Amino acid sequence: MPVLIYTENAEGKFKKSTFEAVSYARAIADQTHTSLIAISIGDVSAEELNALAKYGAEKILNVSNAQLKNFVNQAYASIIAEAAKKQGADIVVLSNSFSGRGLAPRLGVKLDAGVVDGAVSLPDQTGGKFIVKKTAFSGKAFAMVEITSGNKVIALAPNSYKIVEAGKPVQVEEFSVETKASDFKAMLKEIVRSTDKVSLPDAEIVVSGGRGLKGPENWGMIEELADILGAATACSKPVSDAGWRPHSEHVGQTGIAVSPNLYIAIGISGAIQHLAGVSSSKVIVVINKDAEAPFFKVADYGIVGDAFEVVPKLIAAIKEHKTLA
Amino acid sequence: MKVLVCISNVPDTTTKITFTDNNTQFNTNGVQFILNPYDEIALARAIELTENSGGSVTVINVGEATTEPTIRKALAIGAADAVRINAQPHDAWFVAYQIAQYIKANPFDLILTGRESIDYNGSKVAGMLGELLDIPSVSIIKKLDVDGDKATVEREIEGGKEVLTISFPFVAGATEGVAEPKIPNMRGIMSARTKPLTVVEPVEVKTNAEIISYETPAPRGQVKLVAPDDATKLIDLLHTEARVI
Ligand SMILES: Cc1cc2nc3c(=O)[nH]c(=O)nc-3n(C[C@H](O)[C@H](O)[C@H](O)COP(=O)(O)OP(=O)(O)OC[C@H]3O[C@@H](n4cnc5c(N)ncnc54)[C@H](O)[C@@H]3O)c2cc1C
Ligand SMILES: Nc1ncnc2c1ncn2[C@@H]1O[C@H](COP(=O)(O)O)[C@@H](O)[C@H]1O
Repeated sequence: MPVLIYTENAEGKFKKSTFEAVSYARAIADQTHTSLIAISIGDVSAEELNALAKYGAEKILNVSNAQLKNFVNQAYASIIAEAAKKQGADIVVLSNSFSGRGLAPRLGVKLDAGVVDGAVSLPDQTGGKFIVKKTAFSGKAFAMVEITSGNKVIALAPNSYKIVEAGKPVQVEEFSVETKASDFKAMLKEIVRSTDKVSLPDAEIVVSGGRGLKGPENWGMIEELADILGAATACSKPVSDAGWRPHSEHVGQTGIAVSPNLYIAIGISGAIQHLAGVSSSKVIVVINKDAEAPFFKVADYGIVGDAFEVVPKLIAAIKEHKTLA
Repeated sequence: MKVLVCISNVPDTTTKITFTDNNTQFNTNGVQFILNPYDEIALARAIELTENSGGSVTVINVGEATTEPTIRKALAIGAADAVRINAQPHDAWFVAYQIAQYIKANPFDLILTGRESIDYNGSKVAGMLGELLDIPSVSIIKKLDVDGDKATVEREIEGGKEVLTISFPFVAGATEGVAEPKIPNMRGIMSARTKPLTVVEPVEVKTNAEIISYETPAPRGQVKLVAPDDATKLIDLLHTEARVI
């Protein structure tokens, strides 16, 4: 039975996390020697759709309907479930993005499927089982979840699977569905985007600041550092509680959990609740003036020093590194 | 307006997570349990909304009798009454199914959850409830306002937000921004003892997924310290050794 991958787009463009999910779904299809069907909903150009072939989708179901240009949680879930049924797909993969978190549980109910949200590895299908690893306890641990139902829904955590180019010939098919009015009770009024910035859950590099930075006026150097690294900015909870930074930047156990390739913590002590949300970062760099700060215990690299002296030097060093590279 | 807030009982945020029985059981020994921080936000908003426009707030928990201190805390914060479905909360599907059964028999205008429980972090209960009840669900909201028979919510998206209008009833998962958690006062704590707490027996439901074991993250090696005036060295290490820039 084929694997179905829902390929989320933002304003008609597929995102990096979508390509990760396609690569991941391709690998699952390969495990069982089956095919990979993608479903795209919204206003996506033919050129953009064809790009999915590069990551291993063999067939793309394209749902383009004016009513569905923007995300409508219930309607999208109905369409994806219907596509899964029509194509006989027993595994549905999607990205555990904000929208994906809305879709996965509804799909689970519609398809009577076990759901793994925030998967971080390929399923282990040894001995006819189906076991997927996911983060639990806000990044303090991993749980191995066995899906026992025939149908399965897997939402892949961003930044946890490498994009692989598989290059299969692709065929795009228009897929039309009847929508029901009761699926349109939540209507979009407005989208507000802070487009110039890298989004935090998807970012490969995150530059994060804590209370050690003293006040919002000192974030200029944090933003500059993030900017030259192509990074997203983040902060500790007290910083967003104090209104120095928006809540959407707060990482940790009660904020966003991130797993970038590089997490740079500046003036953050490393409280257990903060570490919970960042400990699955591949590489952690800590800059703190207190050598005893707990964050150093979980860091790969560190500088014991005053952020106000160290960060400008780092910025200069990166600029120099870039001109040499 | 009748509001139902789903509350979960989770390990305190300072808990060091360990496992027993060959890494198959979460070690609750010495662990302090609390009201899930996001559920506190949902509860606070529910109370504000009913204070403004009338109505009442009920809290519901799927859990064994050990969760009652957490339920009493929610009553002390300001919920009018509570329901406990007497079962171990196996997983989000089990929890959502039980709560949906209750709601089918006892309808609500608005159902709030937290954005996720800080133990299993599924963000699943809200969406499953929405599907089981065939009503809209918004997984993560950072703002919720009510205007007559419609609500306006702000939903978090990557790099921004969406503003939606929704008709009642619907389910939404609250995160920061929706409200400031409320601290119970003395009067609330006293009255919580006598507020109604109904215990309901669970219904049977098949499971589709199960946690079979746990792992703790691999410890990191010793930190490599670089001198504060040697920023170039750090960048070099990140480039050539860690290969992240
Ligand atoms: C229920 C609950 C949930 C929580 N959830 C979260 C969460 O999700 N995320 C989170 O972050 N926190 C969370 N917390 C808060 C957490 O316990 C800590 O209080 C918080 O992380 C500390 O933030 P901080 O490191 O920025 O500040 P502090 O602990 O005050 O640390 C500031 C650090 O800056 C250093 N410093 C000072 N000046 C300089 C300088 N000039 N240069 C370099 N370094 C300097 C200091 O040495 C210190 O280590 C939670 C707490 C509770 C109770
Ligand atoms: N055992 C439970 N009883 C009642 N509500 C729960 C329970 N578990 C989770 N919830 C609710 O569902 C939300 C999301 O939980 P989860 O899907 O586990 O991340 C929580 O914030 C609670 O509002």
